[in-house]
Amino acid sequence: MPSRDVAIVGFAQSASVRREASRNEVEMLMPILQEAKRQAGLRGRDIGVTVSGSCDYLAGQPFAFVSALDAVGAWPPIVESHVEMDGAWALYEAWVKLQTGEADSALVYAFGKSSMGDLPEVLTIQLDPYTTAPLWPDAVSLAALQARAYLEKTGTSERDLAEVAFRSRRAAAANPKAQVRTSADAETLLATPYLVSPLRAHDCPPISDGCAAIVLACGDAVKKSAMTPVWIRGIDHRIEAHALGVRDLTTSPSTKLAGEKAGVGKGRVDLAELHAPFTHQELILREALGLGAGVDVNPSGGALAANPMMVAGLVRIGEAAARLAGGAGKRAVAHATSGPCLQQNLVCVLERD
Amino acid sequence: MSEITNIVTPIRLDYTYTAGHATQRFLLGMAEGRILGQRCPECAKVYVPPRGACPKCGVPTTDEVEVTGKGTVTTFCIVRIPSDVLSVPPPFTCAHVLLDGADLPFFALIQECDFDAVRMGMRVEAVWAPKAELAATFESIRYFRPIDEPDAPYETYKEHL
Amino acid sequence: MAERCAVIGIGQTKHDVKRTDVSLPGLLREAVDRAFADAGVGWRDIDAVVIGKAPDMFEGTMMPELYLADALGAAGKPMLRVHTAGSVGGSTAIVAAHLIQAGIHERVLTVAYEKQSEGNAMWALTVRIPFQQAIVAGAGGYFAPLIRAYMRRSGAPEDTGVKVALKDRRNAPKNPYSHLVFPDVTYEMIEGSPMLWDPIRYMETCPSSDGACAMVLASDAAAKKAKHKPAWVHGTAMRSEPTMFAGRDLVNPRAGRDCAAELYKKAGITDPRKELDCAEVYVPFSWFEPMWMENLGFAPEGEGWKMTQEGATALDGDMPINASGGVLSSNPIGASGMIRFAEAALQVRGLAGEHQVPGAARALGHAYGGGSQFFAMWIVGSERP
Repeated sequence: MPSRDVAIVGFAQSASVRREASRNEVEMLMPILQEAKRQAGLRGRDIGVTVSGSCDYLAGQPFAFVSALDAVGAWPPIVESHVEMDGAWALYEAWVKLQTGEADSALVYAFGKSSMGDLPEVLTIQLDPYTTAPLWPDAVSLAALQARAYLEKTGTSERDLAEVAFRSRRAAAANPKAQVRTSADAETLLATPYLVSPLRAHDCPPISDGCAAIVLACGDAVKKSAMTPVWIRGIDHRIEAHALGVRDLTTSPSTKLAGEKAGVGKGRVDLAELHAPFTHQELILREALGLGAGVDVNPSGGALAANPMMVAGLVRIGEAAARLAGGAGKRAVAHATSGPCLQQNLVCVLERD
Repeated sequence: MSEITNIVTPIRLDYTYTAGHATQRFLLGMAEGRILGQRCPECAKVYVPPRGACPKCGVPTTDEVEVTGKGTVTTFCIVRIPSDVLSVPPPFTCAHVLLDGADLPFFALIQECDFDAVRMGMRVEAVWAPKAELAATFESIRYFRPIDEPDAPYETYKEHL
Repeated sequence: MAERCAVIGIGQTKHDVKRTDVSLPGLLREAVDRAFADAGVGWRDIDAVVIGKAPDMFEGTMMPELYLADALGAAGKPMLRVHTAGSVGGSTAIVAAHLIQAGIHERVLTVAYEKQSEGNAMWALTVRIPFQQAIVAGAGGYFAPLIRAYMRRSGAPEDTGVKVALKDRRNAPKNPYSHLVFPDVTYEMIEGSPMLWDPIRYMETCPSSDGACAMVLASDAAAKKAKHKPAWVHGTAMRSEPTMFAGRDLVNPRAGRDCAAELYKKAGITDPRKELDCAEVYVPFSWFEPMWMENLGFAPEGEGWKMTQEGATALDGDMPINASGGVLSSNPIGASGMIRFAEAALQVRGLAGEHQVPGAARALGHAYGGGSQFFAMWIVGSERP
């Protein structure tokens, strides 16, 4: 079994904005990479491995990650890899590399500019290309199917969903990087029209542009950090079947399994950052992870307040770590999701000394 | 019943691309008939077109540098099949042109000479679109053509191959 | 820390210009089923799936691993999707190997593919970004000037490229999975084929293929239970450098040299030409064989072409390169790198059939991508390290 203790020693993120119109990905990333490395006390040449996460279809061009490499300063040549996934999975790949003993530190980054295309439409082509994608069901409609199933089965009310939105966006008021930082009360939210029933605008995430970076370290490399190291005590990810018809959309078995493997239940959880782009998904995830009422969920405001695609999952890990480093608790759970209706999920358990 | 081997699903997605600060500067230069690059504050190399960052040093390049349209062919290829993006009929020659004062070759079409007269070390210059047609696009430089200067010695550009 | 990793199962599809007889999942299953049969394992034996392919735009499906999870039996398991341009098949295998070497899993399925006939690959490669400089004529137009630069630097005889193509095209019919097979190919046929991007001739280029490759990687303990003799991973390495920067050596990129150096160190190799028995090297245009011979340290700088000219890289030479027929004969882009890795493993397992290099005990698999900037390599051996 993996035996090396790996710590998060640096985290930086851009502000999430609806549309970053003037800077390209390289220009967005450069200050973020520099800041994460500064916190870690590491220079480029000290970094053992670099892994990034992004998606060509968001950028509207093939090999979008290639030019982003310009932001890294990859000279002399670096050990580097890329996943066409949320940066949380890039972090997983980097963590695996550290476990092989071939590197002692890692730079992980992710970027996504959803504003360049029509995001709900772009996400449609994630679906089965033969039977589902040709029907063009958009991401919000699929989430609404899941929400309907969840409300009917559990007796959860639309008001409960509005409360999730209200709490998340109020929490975001204290997060300068978040995009939606105010909210009317649940009563007022409930009076707004449906977007796709039973979802209203507040049940859905904003469309965001952004980027983020995390530095991992183990062994002596941890000692250089300006940030209080936050240890990864467990990390696991699981995927479910793709066809919506074969899944029970009201639960998240992949999150539950990943949570068990990562050891969520081995101790008290002080706070959790859950990548729940839709309000009902937060409730599904809380249940899958066994998070009780005492857990502070999404103190950053979560994906309902800022949801840069390919980045928001990595940001959950960074936000949870930064909060622990800042003294907000001893033990946290961070979660990332990918695919329609929570198809793929990653869970990470973090602790500070 | 006949076998179904393919179904066609047309996909149309519209994107609004972001040029970024550095590329914007370059394109605005193109509209004025100027070639603008940027110098890396760390390694002092000049990038034309500028990329906003020095890929080697990973730092922003902000110091603007103007270069002339003259340069040296470092290497080239003769394209003998029709191009999707150029209206020039094959065969035609595309070259890496190292502009005087720049440190990165510029990919360019060579015209006004036989396609097989292009050689490594040949001196060339940019041919601009007529003033009225200058715009914020790479196409403001129509192509490069040979100039009456002796070939650059191999040693002067071999570092750029 | 690092555990041993073995290749216990290998499967490939028949590569072809259009595999309209299978769907996307069907193509992958063809490779996976063969890998499972070779390994003697089934779906429940697999702990995780690592999948790789080149740009999603080739098939028009975004993050296709989400859809393919069902066909790859991944439900309930971890699944990773790697994308590192042309080197992706190699880096995907390396990420999968790391999962074993880190002691996380016992058996990992890794698979890479491209089904270019499902979409419009030429379109996908030439998406016109309004403010970027146009790529005039695809990959050939990009790489041809680099080849000319190599010719100038090395003084290689002009027919070196033809000789590489002749050798690979003669190897291809010995491989049952090859896409392009010209049984009666001659030097004159290749030399007389049209120039596309001078100095690259038509028959010196790779095809566009539909195809997939799969491998089952296993821990020390799991390798003991394998059906056939495994190949052992003796070392892996990856390196990247930026696409364009001042003073970049495009002919002999440092990322490739550094990658090979780290690889040899890990595998305990000091003289690669002597200590390796054969190699599967990513050669999409024939001239890249001599260029990579130098980059890999098989030949001194400027002398890679001598290996080709002297027949050293032929199936009966002292360093057979691409006994399988190589990328010149089959090129399902995302899978091409993994095929190199898998073919190297087949050689040291003694299972390469008609294109077997007699007695091969240590072999190198190589992949590169982007503008000759991403490198992934491994060395596999018949001996347990």
